[in-house]
Amino acid sequence: MMMEIKILGSGCKNCTTLTKVVEEVLGELNMEATVEKVTDFQDILGYGVMKTPGLVVNGTVKFAGRIPSKDEVKKVLEG
Amino acid sequence: MFQRFGHLVAPYVVRFVNWVLQLLGLNIQTGDTFYNAVHFFIYDSIKIIFLLSFMIFVITYIRSYFPPEKVKALLAKFRGIWAYVVASVLGVVSPFCSCSTVPIFIGFVEGGIPLGVTFTFLVTSPIVNEIALGYLFVTFGPKIAILYTLAGMTIGIVTGLLIEKFNLHHLVEEYVYKMKMGEMEAEVMTRKQRLIYAKDSVVDIVKDIWIYVVIGIGIGALIHGWAPEDLLTKYAGPNNPLAVFVGVLFGIPLYANAVGTIPIAEALISKGVGVGTALAFMMSVVALSLPSIILLKKVIKPKLIAIFVGITGAGIVLVGFLFNWIL
Repeated sequence: MMMEIKILGSGCKNCTTLTKVVEEVLGELNMEATVEKVTDFQDILGYGVMKTPGLVVNGTVKFAGRIPSKDEVKKVLEG
Repeated sequence: MFQRFGHLVAPYVVRFVNWVLQLLGLNIQTGDTFYNAVHFFIYDSIKIIFLLSFMIFVITYIRSYFPPEKVKALLAKFRGIWAYVVASVLGVVSPFCSCSTVPIFIGFVEGGIPLGVTFTFLVTSPIVNEIALGYLFVTFGPKIAILYTLAGMTIGIVTGLLIEKFNLHHLVEEYVYKMKMGEMEAEVMTRKQRLIYAKDSVVDIVKDIWIYVVIGIGIGALIHGWAPEDLLTKYAGPNNPLAVFVGVLFGIPLYANAVGTIPIAEALISKGVGVGTALAFMMSVVALSLPSIILLKKVIKPKLIAIFVGITGAGIVLVGFLFNWIL
């Protein structure tokens, strides 16, 4: 099954940065995944996240409220 | 500690400033109005940005222990007046950017935190934010920084208590109560992760605010150099209660970062404006800013916004009077 990545954030600067980090890591790992931006705050709250940005991988919140480093994202994506 | 550190670097900064002025071909005498203004501008910009970076580092490290999920869980444990006191303390250590106001509001209310307690948190947090606090400490010393913090917390607690007492739950948009919030396990960070988080925050925040600092200090320098002291003392001095009122009103439409308003407040005070008047203006800029009011419109009805602005505004005016009176 293809990995599903969601980036939670209402479009602030941090969310754009996180998207970039995720895309870079995907490129480096040569992995394919669907990357979706979730901007509606009702949906964001649905994940239990109050402070953006948030990173959701296959339905589980991995990071919230801060921008993880590339290495941290790598670890999570490699599972 | 900051004072001592300031004295340590001061001679180097002064030498650097003189060197820059010479490079610009400006032959100015010490004591000259223009010299004073330029000197104030460069010296303060460097000093403040340096000290702010240090302050932000320490405080974001502490802050990494208090994500909103944890704040919410902690708040749910307290009852009665203690819930308000704890909410205001957490407001001090757990700042958030205005883009998180709405999610935090919904998250708290949906999670069963009383409306008043939620307001206490939302009011205290912007007034007593870490950057403003560090800056106040450096500029005015510990006494005013502590008084400012206590005043900000009191305003938050009183606003929350009154909103709860008036029983205004019907003024919250209905969908807020219907929302279902997901469960999330707050991540546990290692010390190294916290240190990196703190370092990244310093870079991020300084990148965001340096321009406000420079503009604020620039306006401060102009005030230092040219504002008419006798006029300001006469009309905005500590003995004019009306000035506090006008300061608060002026603060509402102004949207500036707290750090931009501190050098202006400092310069105004040095020119004879009352301490309480200047601090009330500062609080009004950060706590009653138009952008956050507009954001709140998504979750609460205009009437509740008016009540919130009224209570918080009155609280700030009272604090202004108090500071003018005791300082």
